[in-house]
Amino acid sequence: MKVQNEMSMSFESRSSNEGFARCAVSAFVTQLDPTISELNDIKTAVSEAVTNCVVHAYRNTIGKIYINVRIKENFVVVIKVRDTGCGIGDVRQAMQPLFTTAPSEERAGLGFAVMQSFMDKVNVRSKTGKGTTVTLEKRLSCRVGNG
Amino acid sequence: MKISENEDSITVYLTGDIDHHSARGIREDTDAVVQMKKPSVLNLDFSGVNFMDSSGIGFIMGRYRLMSLYGGVVRVVNVPEGLAKMMNLSGLSALDIMERRGEKIESTK
Ligand SMILES: Nc1ncnc2c1ncn2[C@@H]1O[C@H](COP(=O)(O)OP(=O)(O)OP(=O)(O)O)[C@@H](O)[C@H]1O
Ligand SMILES: [Mg+2]
Repeated sequence: MKVQNEMSMSFESRSSNEGFARCAVSAFVTQLDPTISELNDIKTAVSEAVTNCVVHAYRNTIGKIYINVRIKENFVVVIKVRDTGCGIGDVRQAMQPLFTTAPSEERAGLGFAVMQSFMDKVNVRSKTGKGTTVTLEKRLSCRVGNG
Repeated sequence: MKISENEDSITVYLTGDIDHHSARGIREDTDAVVQMKKPSVLNLDFSGVNFMDSSGIGFIMGRYRLMSLYGGVVRVVNVPEGLAKMMNLSGLSALDIMERRGEKIESTK
């Protein structure tokens, strides 16, 4: 699928950047004239992925978080959130609803479940000690005047 | 964040975005009052919340546990339309703490 527009950014894994990251992605996607609910879905999924980098990937350290957003044909948005943190040993287990390695910090273990239900596709590639890339994809409803 | 007190209940009016970054302050402020007053009902009013991710669910479950410690209950009230999807996905409805549609709670006025 042809890429029609693309944006990349990187920032430090400070919790104060969680709001910045989801708002920046949302601002970029706004050019597709999404519905409020679609935009909220995207913001929420990005917030989950970025928070996981802050909380888990770079636990007790500060590292870089990389986001790439592509707008493709047919109103398809593909968002990659990448870290070079600790990685995930067992991705299947990590993606199970309610699974968390940080219950004492009031993590619900719902981040991946939220990404999966708010987006059309979620792909996770991870290597222990190397980092994690989460790819989120959503096709926006085509509305008159879009193009 | 505003907090109001009745004889036996406390209502916390949450505002803005609830995420991992903001949850910490909200949690500390809420728990400070709860631990001081030990109310039998803690209302969490979401009417002023624009955005919430799963950190908000962790916050609700944490307060649920805290209140359970001494026999109190949590009620989640005035959830805006935009947060319904997150609340539904969380499984919190099974705990019977969600305000039911049409049912208005006194202390939220
Ligand atoms: N980027 C990452 N790097 C390393 N580990 C991760 C990463 N993302 C997720 N994990 C692991 O996967 C688990 C599940 O993640 P998920 O987001 O579903 O739940 P959580 O972050 O623990 O809780 P919540 O998202 O509800 O606050 C985490 O507890 C963590 O162990
Ligand atoms: Mg998470």
